[in-house]
Amino acid sequence: MNKDKYLRHVFILSLLLCVLMLAALCVGRLSSNPVDVYNAIRSKLGVAPIMNEAMETVLFSIRIPRVLASMMIGAMLSLSGAVYQGVFRNPLVSPDILGVSSGASVGAASAILLGFGMVERQIFAFIGGILAVALATAIPKLLKNNSNLILVLSGIIVGGFLTSLCAIMKFVAEEQTELSTIVFWQMGSISSIKMTETAAISPVFLIGTVLLIGLSWRINILSFGEVEAKTLGMNIKQIRGITITCASLLTASAVSICGTIGWIGLVIPHLARLLVGSDHIRVIPITVLLGAMFMLIIDTIARSLLTVEIPLTILTGLIGAPCYAWLLYRQRANIS
Amino acid sequence: MIIEVKNISFAYENSLTIFRDISFSIDEGQIICILGPNGAGKTTLLNCLANIHKPTKGKILLDGKEMESMSSKEVAMNIGFVPQIIIPSFSYEVLGYVVTGCAPRIGIFEKPGQEHYEIAQQALEQMGISHLSHKYLTQISGGERQQVSLSRALAQRPKVILMDEPTAHLDYGNQIKVLRVIKKLAAEGYAAVITTHNPDHALLLGGNMAAINTKGDFTYGNCRDVINEEFLSSLYGINLNLRHIADIGRDVCIAPPL
Repeated sequence: MNKDKYLRHVFILSLLLCVLMLAALCVGRLSSNPVDVYNAIRSKLGVAPIMNEAMETVLFSIRIPRVLASMMIGAMLSLSGAVYQGVFRNPLVSPDILGVSSGASVGAASAILLGFGMVERQIFAFIGGILAVALATAIPKLLKNNSNLILVLSGIIVGGFLTSLCAIMKFVAEEQTELSTIVFWQMGSISSIKMTETAAISPVFLIGTVLLIGLSWRINILSFGEVEAKTLGMNIKQIRGITITCASLLTASAVSICGTIGWIGLVIPHLARLLVGSDHIRVIPITVLLGAMFMLIIDTIARSLLTVEIPLTILTGLIGAPCYAWLLYRQRANIS
Repeated sequence: MIIEVKNISFAYENSLTIFRDISFSIDEGQIICILGPNGAGKTTLLNCLANIHKPTKGKILLDGKEMESMSSKEVAMNIGFVPQIIIPSFSYEVLGYVVTGCAPRIGIFEKPGQEHYEIAQQALEQMGISHLSHKYLTQISGGERQQVSLSRALAQRPKVILMDEPTAHLDYGNQIKVLRVIKKLAAEGYAAVITTHNPDHALLLGGNMAAINTKGDFTYGNCRDVINEEFLSSLYGINLNLRHIADIGRDVCIAPPL
């Protein structure tokens, strides 16, 4: 694929994302009339008198933070999926590979059991996720074996252990209140997001994305394996360290505010590769755009399809799994 | 003298010594074949030269500098490595794969530019496979992949090219073609070190050879001086014959009837 065609893809996807974002802002329980939204923006900017105060509040303290957060979360999860797949040389890897999600679940569940509120839950989840990755990356050091396989196996060990820990917490939780909160948290939702949370994850999103786009070509080289990367003069420890840290921070931040959301980190990078080929210089920016778009659509459906919020993992699975089957169908000749 | 190997020994952690006290040097335009039975340590020796393994004793000098103290980047500017086989996890385009040979000369947050793609294209032309540049790695044959991998080593602009059993996964025709390429590269001034299971390849290439037997004994010298029936038979633990075929004009290593 030539460069012009790639740039055209970037342009079309960016445009589509903007259109979808505007459309999502107009969708909601209070009003789905774009004129109301337009008026609310004008009155907020002070160029028009206040006509509908409720609409203005809904738009600026609910819809805008939520739309922004859903796009960032989608981009973060997909991006870290793409990066993990590249670094671990395995297209079946998802962002949970190093135990981030199970760590975050344990963190969130302990905050719920301790009776803490939303903010503590998010902080606990973030810390839990980061601790899980730290543990998973510490095991290879103890074993003095720096290979990717050992790292993946450590991730499985840590994830398995933490999943059981989380199960213990569910087991002892008060059935009507705590247990259901934990279960709902694990199904993922952005329903209670506010501007503060959106603002809190944006630095991680921005820094992580910029760094990973900067390192995208190096991810190609990492995907050749340790021996080849080293003979090409790469400082594997350093580059792999930075990429894994960025990807883990992205996942942990996303998971900490919205709970665990499956499928997106696995499927979106595949879709990106189908569009622009395997070169990570192109895959990474396209993954960010597609991930943002996918999550925006999912979350808009989640909040507007039924009168109750649909947990996000249900939708990502229902939509993501058939998508993945279709992708496999398209690529079947290249898979052995 | 590009590389000087001085009294190196190697042992994997908690295991027996693979080889000990090996010394030789690698000069411009020289071909060195590393021979030896399975498990004797041919690849281990090659990996030491590639700075993938560090020798447990002794040192390797690259342009007079101790290799252990150099960064992998510095080493990669002088030494190109061609792995036994490339199994891509993702289907990269050939040109995109070859351009990664420029990695030692590109900053960590940079991406390859026009000039690097030109170097990659030149390397493909040098190998005579520029028509493959926009194919995907999964679309080309094993022989072509070997050539692509060698092109990438050339894009590194190295002085020495190390190849781990470059003929192992190739059919007979492609094996001979790869040997021809190695000979041509040596004529252009590259030093080439290859490991091979076939003593005949050492005879065909006609340069120097290094042999490691299962006891870890090391022999080094010119093929013509070192290779004889007795040597080959003891190296591989079977009877082997060496014959001069007059109408082909070379020595051939052949096994007697089974």
